Amino acid sequence: MIFLQLFYVFFKIGLFGFGGGYAMLSMIQGEVVANHHWITTAQFTDIVAISQSTPGPIGINSATYVGYMAFSNAGYPLYMSVLGSLTATLAVVLPSFLLVLLALKILKRYCNHPVVEYIFSVLRLAVVGLIGGAALMLLTAENFGTPDDRWQYGISIFLFVAAFVGTYVFKIHPIRMICLCGIAGFFLYI
Amino acid sequence: MLNDFYLKGFLTFLKIGFFTIGGGYAMIPLIEKEVVDKHRWVEKEEFLDMMALSQAMPGVFAVNFSICIGNRLRGFKGSVALASGVILPSLVVILLVAMFFGMFSDNRVVEAIFKGIRPAVVALIAVPCVKLGKAAKVNFANAWLPIVVALLIALAGISPVYVIVLVAVGAYLYGRYIKED
Repeated sequence: MIFLQLFYVFFKIGLFGFGGGYAMLSMIQGEVVANHHWITTAQFTDIVAISQSTPGPIGINSATYVGYMAFSNAGYPLYMSVLGSLTATLAVVLPSFLLVLLALKILKRYCNHPVVEYIFSVLRLAVVGLIGGAALMLLTAENFGTPDDRWQYGISIFLFVAAFVGTYVFKIHPIRMICLCGIAGFFLYI
Repeated sequence: MLNDFYLKGFLTFLKIGFFTIGGGYAMIPLIEKEVVDKHRWVEKEEFLDMMALSQAMPGVFAVNFSICIGNRLRGFKGSVALASGVILPSLVVILLVAMFFGMFSDNRVVEAIFKGIRPAVVALIAVPCVKLGKAAKVNFANAWLPIVVALLIALAGISPVYVIVLVAVGAYLYGRYIKED
């Protein structure tokens, strides 16, 4: 049953995942954390961090990882978790086959149609909101702590600002930024 | 054996998948080097068309592109061969990491490290949001759309899938019946 649900959820994400990996994150989170409770927000955040710093597109990496975790969280044995990751990965790329092959056949003729161009220009704006929504949804106590714990809350806000300024203004590579914040976490929390 | 297109294509896209780290658009120059300069599978102009189509379609950009070019060169079988190449590094690496991480997730050291990483992840998602906002030319007149989308998702808890469908249908109706008049 969970296989079918997992397949359906990731097929849907692949089908409507306009705007690439980061926009897909908000869909994955909406379905997997908020809707089905297969994984927690903290686990999802860790998955995003790992997906960003390992080889492979972030959309595939996070699908593979979530498929694994959905089963291992529910207490299934290892081979079921592996099957889960295969299911999620396959489901998220399957719509690409259908849509891209279809687009090559039909849509190419309409690509320069003004209405089609207008729809894509509006979707580009929506994708900005999609990614913004993903960031907003991760502003949780699980990721930042609560104001009661001033030590963790203060550190979290500092690391958030440092990571934003570091990557946006000083162009530090995201993987290096993740490593730096991991080292900071090690020394501050151990 | 290396003259076989399927094997060569698979290995080329295996390399592309393996060197894609973080945002997918970072490896566009690598794809161009492999596909246009080295293997001469397509001309630069067709390459750019395929890039545009792959970006416009939903799903993972690198996968869409591998399907496009595989289909162009050897039909459906070609697209399966090249797409498998892009996907395989993710599957192998993530499975290894997931198994390894599962053993240490209760470890104090690992927990401390990730407590530091989690707030940074949120910032690392906010950065492409701002960058893409600039690229999509968000201004005072149209900023309401991304803001409403973000709030619908984050505060109202509506699935992003429905939000995207709603936006696309709305854009179609507006573009078709109102804007053209």
